[in-house]
Amino acid sequence: MSGPGTSAALPPALSAALAEHPDPVEAARSLIALEQYPEAGEFPVERGYIWTSCASVENGNPLFWDDGAAEAITGGPVAPPSMISVWFRPHHWAPGRSEAALPLQVHFDLKAVLDLPEAVMTDNTIVFYEPVRPGDRLRTHQVLRSVSDEKVTKLGTGRFWVIEVVYHNQEGELVGIESYTGFGYRRATS
Amino acid sequence: MNGPAPRLLHGQVAQGDRLPELVYEVTATTVVLGALASRDWRPMHHDKDFAVHRNGTRDIFLNTPNQAAWFERYLTDWTGPHGRLGRVTFRMLGSVFPGDTMVLAGTVGGAAVDDQGCGWVSAAIELAVAGEVKTTCAARVALPIGPDDNPWTRGPERWKP
Repeated sequence: MSGPGTSAALPPALSAALAEHPDPVEAARSLIALEQYPEAGEFPVERGYIWTSCASVENGNPLFWDDGAAEAITGGPVAPPSMISVWFRPHHWAPGRSEAALPLQVHFDLKAVLDLPEAVMTDNTIVFYEPVRPGDRLRTHQVLRSVSDEKVTKLGTGRFWVIEVVYHNQEGELVGIESYTGFGYRRATS
Repeated sequence: MNGPAPRLLHGQVAQGDRLPELVYEVTATTVVLGALASRDWRPMHHDKDFAVHRNGTRDIFLNTPNQAAWFERYLTDWTGPHGRLGRVTFRMLGSVFPGDTMVLAGTVGGAAVDDQGCGWVSAAIELAVAGEVKTTCAARVALPIGPDDNPWTRGPERWKP
């Protein structure tokens, strides 16, 4: 995920943080540990997408194709764990929507408040908890975990940050946590 | 519930074991199908003109969520369906394009049983093209510790990924 993604108007939590902390780094760090951007998936977990995903990588795991095996091993059909973020990517178009929602909004908020025009994701960890099953309605929120001091890399000068995306099912059970390390920066020569 | 027997037990795995390689010829269809299957509509994963002229890459390229699906398939081809993923960490080092032959290869880093009696294996996997590593994946996967064990039956209190 890279390139410009700043929004013209800062979100309320960020505006409030800046009002209290005029220093942008302190403002960003004041958001650490806050649960932000609670969101429900636009559609329930469904088998069509599970099969399309498995087909795209020729995954023949019987958990996804053989109901008998799924019943015996996982107590019924489950979704591939690696699909956890798939259930939150917005439709390419929806009635009445004028602009596409940005996934991982906290990342773009940090670029905006820290005035760092470029950003890359350096690594991504996913931890899997309760299995995700067809019919589940998942919910998510984002949590900023850290903002580093200024660093100089071959890309430019900027800061690293860690953002978690936390996923729960309709029963409130934790199903996964994704952790992204981003580096927002200003190019060395510009 | 009588299902298929576990394909791989925790005790059959040791540090240094090599996972079987997976070799796959990537086409434009691989990239586009993978992007759409993961609901990633961004044009650099289906529009070559955009990828070349806006992103400065030589072609469209595999997206990260689809690479996650490739790594999952690679791991569970090895473990069988009783293998339950606990944790994966990806590091993207380069892009994978149509025309590339990607090779996934992995090595077992260790095997241990936690205080809940769950058998864990760590594996380091590399996705490479022409010998150049494009993505690394550090994975932690649970395997049955015996023929009657099944990591999928562990509820939250006994599942510590």
